[in-house]
Amino acid sequence: MSRLSDFVGTRDLAVNLTLRELRGRYKRSVLGWTWSLLNPLATVAIYSLVFSFFLKVQPPVGHPSGLKSFALFLLCGLVPWNFFQNGLNMGLGSLVSNGNLIKKVYFPRELLVASTIGSLDVTMLIELGVLSAILLLFGNMVLPWLPVVLVLLVIQTVFVFGIALALSVWNVYFRDVQHLVAILLQVLFYTCPIVYPVKYVPVHAHIGGVTIPLLRIYNLNPLVRFIACYRDALYNLRFPPLWDITYITVWAIGTFAFGMWMFGKLDRRLAEEV
Amino acid sequence: MTSAIVVNDVWKKFRLYDERNQSLKAAVMRGRRARYREFDALKGVSFEIPEGTTFGLIGENGSGKSTLLKCIARILRPDGGDITTTGKISALLELGAGFHPELSGRENVYLNGAILGMSKKQLEERFDEIVDFAGLAEFIDSPVKNYSSGMYVRLGFSVAINVDPDILLVDEVLAVGDEAFQRKCSEKFAELKESGKTIVVVSHALGTMRTLCDRLALLEHGNLVDVGDAGHIVDEYMTDVHVDRVTDGDHGTRWGSGEGRISKIELLDARGRAVTTVSTGDAVTFRFHYELDDRFERPVFGMAIHTIDGVHVTGPNTREAGFVPEFLEGSGYVDLRVDRLMLVRGIYDVSVSLVDYSCLHTFDMRHRSFRFDVERGQPEEQYGVVSLGGTWEGLPVEVPQ
Repeated sequence: MSRLSDFVGTRDLAVNLTLRELRGRYKRSVLGWTWSLLNPLATVAIYSLVFSFFLKVQPPVGHPSGLKSFALFLLCGLVPWNFFQNGLNMGLGSLVSNGNLIKKVYFPRELLVASTIGSLDVTMLIELGVLSAILLLFGNMVLPWLPVVLVLLVIQTVFVFGIALALSVWNVYFRDVQHLVAILLQVLFYTCPIVYPVKYVPVHAHIGGVTIPLLRIYNLNPLVRFIACYRDALYNLRFPPLWDITYITVWAIGTFAFGMWMFGKLDRRLAEEV
Repeated sequence: MTSAIVVNDVWKKFRLYDERNQSLKAAVMRGRRARYREFDALKGVSFEIPEGTTFGLIGENGSGKSTLLKCIARILRPDGGDITTTGKISALLELGAGFHPELSGRENVYLNGAILGMSKKQLEERFDEIVDFAGLAEFIDSPVKNYSSGMYVRLGFSVAINVDPDILLVDEVLAVGDEAFQRKCSEKFAELKESGKTIVVVSHALGTMRTLCDRLALLEHGNLVDVGDAGHIVDEYMTDVHVDRVTDGDHGTRWGSGEGRISKIELLDARGRAVTTVSTGDAVTFRFHYELDDRFERPVFGMAIHTIDGVHVTGPNTREAGFVPEFLEGSGYVDLRVDRLMLVRGIYDVSVSLVDYSCLHTFDMRHRSFRFDVERGQPEEQYGVVSLGGTWEGLPVEVPQ
């Protein structure tokens, strides 16, 4: 319980650490914040070229929005994916890169991970703002659905924070966690409906005479649901299935609880090991 | 009087890794993480620090005093026992820890203040005071990476001291900045002390600790040897390490890595005889015998003389004198020749150190390991510590030729 009151008492610290992350990120770069937008746009350009133009991936028609654009379809999945990917990558390094602070000052160390995720939330909000503007330009009246998107972002933040907490402490003890995560992220990227719609995934796969319910397994991945939910709200303009929201919420609570437990278990000797 | 800090049977183990291999592969191959030995840094230490006292932790290097301070600061967690603290703690372990080099001084004050537990409102109220104290008003909006190390430390100190803690933990950081800033720091400490704050200090400097602290705890190899009144503990510590070492150099506190050693300390009179009693004005030579296991590049010898009550009289070294050989090996001795010993009568202790050129690595440090007496000589003086060797003039007195 004292840990929790620590959190409340150090809200100012969380805000300050987040500001540090945000201010520090694009210091000494001419374009500054523009980079956080240019990056996904460049990705969209190259993926559109490869998947839409070369490989002829057909984007689904938004229902009920009627929107049909590969670039927008891609962006609606890519923005939440980037939040997940950056959250894991930056969150897991947040303890090691602040080793000096951990060795010299006491404060709840969870805040280092939290502030990293918090700063990414800010980036995500900016990206969502720009995405909404683009969607509006293409006639997608996304405004009434933005509260749903914000709820999804809250759930995703809890989900990512939980995973990042566990990864960050593991990374203190084994530095190769970061390399392992880099590989897993690649696998996850292509096993999520980001550059292709879910309808491309076969319902069954037949391997050596055994029938595997591939789509079912595919759908177990909470990230698939996250992306589907974001896309429902932003691209299709409809309310995501309640079952999906329940599913990702349960996952978020699960990873959060696991992350906190892991962190609480392993942060005893953090100042010595980092 | 209530206790600000209660240390109850605190144990702390450190893991010394034989091979620092942080990879998963190595762990899987071995079936566990890197092999390590456990080392007890604290072995069941218990004491209480009453509210409002200035409390010092003393002991040799490796005695566990800094570990204990970090445990009190909650940076390290004890493996056994517990530490209860009452009130807000601020630790001055490293000044400016957590400064972000790219951010301005202003942004860093807010950040560092928050790290040390200040709220935004408190920080806004104290901001001007913090900047004034550091004397950095005109630079506060430039990034701290452009600060000199002195400015950096001053800002760090200024934030830390303005946290308004109930308990302040200090680890040998009293000597920061130039002399003017140091004076400001001492005043601030005195002010905190007067306003009834609890201060815990870790230091080697026994003389300072005696005057600064009300109470001291003496630690040795992770055990608490004694705790009590500052003067009493310092005396005990001194007598403990000074017993019977008047003639040979085999006593006293000693630390260092040991690849090179000061094997013997001698005081020679004008005729080259080893003595332990000399007179003011005598020509003497301090001779330090060394033994080196290896070939040492640019070793530096230093010596210090303290009065018996801990006043540091002088501390010449070969680096400052520009007397540093390119390398040195085997054994031999180095002499410090003094044409006229200007110490007035009394009892003095000699310390000798053998360090590397950066003065950061200590091969051997023999703290106050040789004691000698100075008797009345020429000039005939008895007050203070040294004679200036001056001559009185201007009065109608017949000076005998």
